[in-house]
Amino acid sequence: MAKGAIVVDKDKCKGCEVCVGACPQHVIAMQKDVNRKGYHYAYMKNPDACTGCSNCAIVCPDGVITVYRAK
Amino acid sequence: MSEIRLMKGNEAIAEAAIRAGCDAYFGYPITPQSEVMEYLMAERPEKRTGMIVLQAESEVAAINMVFGAAAAGKRVMTSSSSPGISLKLEGISYIAGADLPCVILNVARGGPGLGTIQPAQSDYFQAVKGGGHGDYHMLVLAPASVQEMADHMPLAFDLAFKYRTPVMILSDGVIGQTMEKVKLFDQMPRSTEVPQWAVCGNAGRKNRIITSLDLDPVKKEQQNLALQAKYQQMRENEVRYEKYLCDDADYLMVAYGASARIAKKSIEYAREKGIKVGLLRPITLFPFPSAVIAELAKKMKGILSVEMSAGQMVEDVLLATRQTPQVPVKHFGRYGGVVHSPEEIFEAFLKHFNLG
Amino acid sequence: MNVNDIIKPENLVYSKTSLMNDRELSYCPGCGHGTANRLVHEVIEEMGIGGETIGVAPVGCAVMLYEFSNLDFVQAAHGRATAVATGLKRVMPDKFVFSYQGDGDLAAIGTGETLHTCNRGENITIIFINNGIYGMTGGQMAPTTLVGMKTSTSPYGRDEKWMGSPIDMTKLVSMLPGTYYVTRQAVHTPSAVRKAKKAIQKAFEVQKNKLGLSFVEIVSNCNSGWKMSPVKANQWMEENMLPYYPLGDLKVDGKLITK
Repeated sequence: MAKGAIVVDKDKCKGCEVCVGACPQHVIAMQKDVNRKGYHYAYMKNPDACTGCSNCAIVCPDGVITVYRAK
Repeated sequence: MSEIRLMKGNEAIAEAAIRAGCDAYFGYPITPQSEVMEYLMAERPEKRTGMIVLQAESEVAAINMVFGAAAAGKRVMTSSSSPGISLKLEGISYIAGADLPCVILNVARGGPGLGTIQPAQSDYFQAVKGGGHGDYHMLVLAPASVQEMADHMPLAFDLAFKYRTPVMILSDGVIGQTMEKVKLFDQMPRSTEVPQWAVCGNAGRKNRIITSLDLDPVKKEQQNLALQAKYQQMRENEVRYEKYLCDDADYLMVAYGASARIAKKSIEYAREKGIKVGLLRPITLFPFPSAVIAELAKKMKGILSVEMSAGQMVEDVLLATRQTPQVPVKHFGRYGGVVHSPEEIFEAFLKHFNLG
Repeated sequence: MNVNDIIKPENLVYSKTSLMNDRELSYCPGCGHGTANRLVHEVIEEMGIGGETIGVAPVGCAVMLYEFSNLDFVQAAHGRATAVATGLKRVMPDKFVFSYQGDGDLAAIGTGETLHTCNRGENITIIFINNGIYGMTGGQMAPTTLVGMKTSTSPYGRDEKWMGSPIDMTKLVSMLPGTYYVTRQAVHTPSAVRKAKKAIQKAFEVQKNKLGLSFVEIVSNCNSGWKMSPVKANQWMEENMLPYYPLGDLKVDGKLITK
């Protein structure tokens, strides 16, 4: 299985959760605490399951997710 | 060697646009100025200079096409008449608010509403006091001959770019439809230089934005202050007028465009009766020639504003002569589409100043 | 392999396009505008035409689109973006020009400009975000508001007898000979986004090859206007908007797609 990882720009995430459902591996969940704007922000709840497929990043309206995939 | 032709005002200004290096014209048919676009379409300037001519689906679309071409830093114009100009006012306010240059020809006709197709000068307030929303002005030129319809074209473009502002050429049905001899200047090259502020794709530089919006009121106030400074510059540097027989005059007429031509005849009648009347013809309506009128008023027994309207410019004459309250300022004008005769003006002049 | 070994520049597979700056978008959380904005900029970046492209922003939620972009932009009066785009394109025929408009801007006040710009086959790209409501002004009824849909100016649901039925502007413009490529997409799921991006790419290719007008509608949610969470709004969109505004190409290579 390809190994991937995402970096969420914590302060720019607006907590819309659209990425959560877009991830086929159920990697993403919303943090309990909130960013400086008061939004719960996305994070890798199950980082090991991430394949770096970019689904989350391409549906993110604010483009706050950067995706990596190990070769 | 400049060329001499017999042309209508509307045709002369169209030919002058091509010769002034105009890049684009966007228009819409409306009497009494459709000849402008007809002439341009027949002349196919795209072959002569590359100038674009496009008929839009409405005056609103046309002025917004002008906005687009102006945002690219091009010399662009449109033309219409009174009701069409009303439709363009939002666009003109945007153009002023975005510091864009362009030229708008209004061949005014009788109003209000659908009005009539005959000439009038009842768009003075609309042209000079802004017309659209917000604190803005157009620099307004008022041609009084077919020659000036041609000569004002390059002048309007130069002023539009000098101040990055919409410039209106406020003509009327008489000047637009009259055929006169006109000396046409030689072809000026179309500029290929892209102004610093113009959008054209951000290759090799930071991107540029053309907008009239700023949600931050303090910033929008700054922009407004800059606009007002621009208008003050115009007041100081761009006033143009013609003085006719004023040196020995005891009375003064103030009139622009067609009314000025007609008033000169009335002045002849007066002088035949030994009454020395002069004419001050504003060529720029904004900036208004207040100073020279104020100066002339000091030696006048009376001032008559002659306009084919219910009296609009007369208010600016009153403002200009507030230091000489003893000098009566009156208005005369047939309007709604009727063109007053020299005789009518002369009679009104005698009546207003009890000289009859 | 732990996460930090993966997060290395050489392993980068996706990051935000450089044609957008890092300013925060003004759109509500989860709004399709943000995704659509990003896709347009991604396509322009990948085609390498950022240096010759001018965008025209509307009045509506996307009025401040130019604040987030590194492209040259012009902000147009409400409804007039396609006329402004016409003016830009006619005097700079070799530049890329696109307008980005909402449903109020394009299908209400700008109807005249939309139809005639398409009818002239202006060689521009029109990006049309249809979220069935006036978002920026607080959720009023738009021409594309569905029958029965509640908005601040149809609080009891849009009444067809009173306000007519929702306008399918995309179908209308597909009828005009001037349009070369007309499509309707969405950006609420990964597969929809991938299709939408291809469609936008195709649209700009049409413009590049001077083949006529390319028109891309993107059906989108409006969370604050519809008063739903983004995920729920996307679901509602699928169940209500998409049946009325079916996705897919309506016109390719100048020929209508007859299903």
